[in-house]
Amino acid sequence: MGAKPLLEARGLLKSFGGVVAVNHVDLDIHRGEILALIGPNGAGKTTMFNLISGTHRVDRGEIFFAGEDITYLRPSEVAAQGIVRTFQNLQIFGNMTVLENVMVGCHLHGKAGFFASALRLPGTAVEETRIRQRGMEFLEKVGLADQADQPAVSLPFGQQRMVELARSLAVNPKLLLLDEPAAGLTRVEAEELDRLICQVRDDGVTIFLVEHDMNLVMGIADRVMVVQYGTKIAEGTPAEVQANTAVIQAYLGADWHQEPKSRQPAEVENA
Amino acid sequence: MLNQIRRTPNLLALIIVSAALAVLPLTTQNNYILTIFILVGQFTIITVGLSLLMGYAGQISLGQATFYGIGAYTMAILSARFELSPWLSLLAGVILAAAVAYLVGLLIFRLHGHYLAMATLGMNVILFLILTQEVEWTGGPSGFRGVPDLSLGSFTFSSDLHYYYLMWFFTLIVIALSLNIVNSRVGRAMRALHTSEVAAEAVGIDTNAFKLKVFALSAAYGGLAGGLHATYLGFMSPGSFTINVSIELVVMAVVGGLASVWGAMFGAGAVLAIEQYLRTAIKSLIPNASGEHEIIAFGLILMLIMIFMPQGLFAGLVTAVRQRRTVFRKP
Repeated sequence: MGAKPLLEARGLLKSFGGVVAVNHVDLDIHRGEILALIGPNGAGKTTMFNLISGTHRVDRGEIFFAGEDITYLRPSEVAAQGIVRTFQNLQIFGNMTVLENVMVGCHLHGKAGFFASALRLPGTAVEETRIRQRGMEFLEKVGLADQADQPAVSLPFGQQRMVELARSLAVNPKLLLLDEPAAGLTRVEAEELDRLICQVRDDGVTIFLVEHDMNLVMGIADRVMVVQYGTKIAEGTPAEVQANTAVIQAYLGADWHQEPKSRQPAEVENA
Repeated sequence: MLNQIRRTPNLLALIIVSAALAVLPLTTQNNYILTIFILVGQFTIITVGLSLLMGYAGQISLGQATFYGIGAYTMAILSARFELSPWLSLLAGVILAAAVAYLVGLLIFRLHGHYLAMATLGMNVILFLILTQEVEWTGGPSGFRGVPDLSLGSFTFSSDLHYYYLMWFFTLIVIALSLNIVNSRVGRAMRALHTSEVAAEAVGIDTNAFKLKVFALSAAYGGLAGGLHATYLGFMSPGSFTINVSIELVVMAVVGGLASVWGAMFGAGAVLAIEQYLRTAIKSLIPNASGEHEIIAFGLILMLIMIFMPQGLFAGLVTAVRQRRTVFRKP
């Protein structure tokens, strides 16, 4: 990982009124890794996502993605650069079918505008077929191909999460931001999700995910970054972070190391 | 159900509707019916635009009569005062309406919901003031006279029958174009930004650009209807382009069913038919009835439609027909 990071953020600062949600945070995301951002509720995790994805404007600091300054780009421009995010409170297009949801994700892979669409200019039908096929491919990837024509809202929550994931993947992201992807999922669904996330990473997509449950990310994250009160308090491999006393005290609670004894890595004691 | 409606072969529907409209004048000698149908066509054009804007893209406009007025007065002033070709004047009205919408949109699409509604309302008020105050250009409150007829070669559109066919020619084109738009990449993007702007942005949809374009398109439709209105009647006054008209247009879109291109036609037709019917029916029920009685009855009917068919007439009727069919199919 000696190469230049895929995403580099320096001195990010964002406050809402008097509350500093993100306080001078530096962030490096390396190509091909799964970086997890954890911290208690209200620590500023989602705000970090909003800053990177352009949903919120940075007060101070700068963000570079693949060498380009993306600090002040609008969300759709950030997406066009190859950064795609999901949402903590699921954002599914309820007035569409499952397949159409994913086809919306293919938006940047088509060109047909108002004029071409209205007149059905040659090429629009071909493009539409291509987008449909691409949509199906990604539905197959998340195992929802057989639900393609169902209204998206009729699916159970866990599957809606998968629709959102498929839609995001259809954009063809270089960097995927997942905001608490496992929230509300059953254990089985969460495991399936972990498998998928790893597969996506193996396909060459870098992943930055937010999670407030530390145990969930320990299995899949290559690196973990911990924030509290908008400030980064630790960063490192899962083992390093678990061993960090500041993290244990501030976030995991003093009794954390006693509870899941069987899963507790030996490194913690060594550290 | 949504899905099945979407898959209804629109081409077939277009052919059937076109054929029905083509033979309609042969079945009646009644000029009154023709004039009503011309109005339905004209309002369908605007309502289809509103349906795209409100039903699909989820942006409210309570000022759509602005563009209707811009189209009408551009047509009138250019063709009557400057003696420009009526066709070019009509085109100019369409372009000007779209351009105004685009520029206004740049300012007002920073707003959402109620604020956007208020801003569009304000836009309509401004147009009305211009139409009544700029007497030199617009003829002021007493109206504008002498808009020339459209003509093709040596043929001049002069009778109600001619304008019936002309109006519906444009109406069906607008419907066809809009159906294509709705069932395309652009249509998906519009529906996406309606449900969740953040999610639409997250997959790379420039929501602001889409809102502006849909608004401009709906305005272009309004401008077209206005231009045709001007040349058909040859006369118009600011009273045809007030906020009340804008609200009536929204009512048409809602009654027809917001997210539906065909619904727009049903809505325009139903609202105009109900109004015309009430005008005579109320008079025979209550001999000394005034206009207020019509409005009350109209309001009641609207409430009933919205209670029993909240998705609008079109979706409501489609569902009703489908249920009936399944009942009959059972042995």
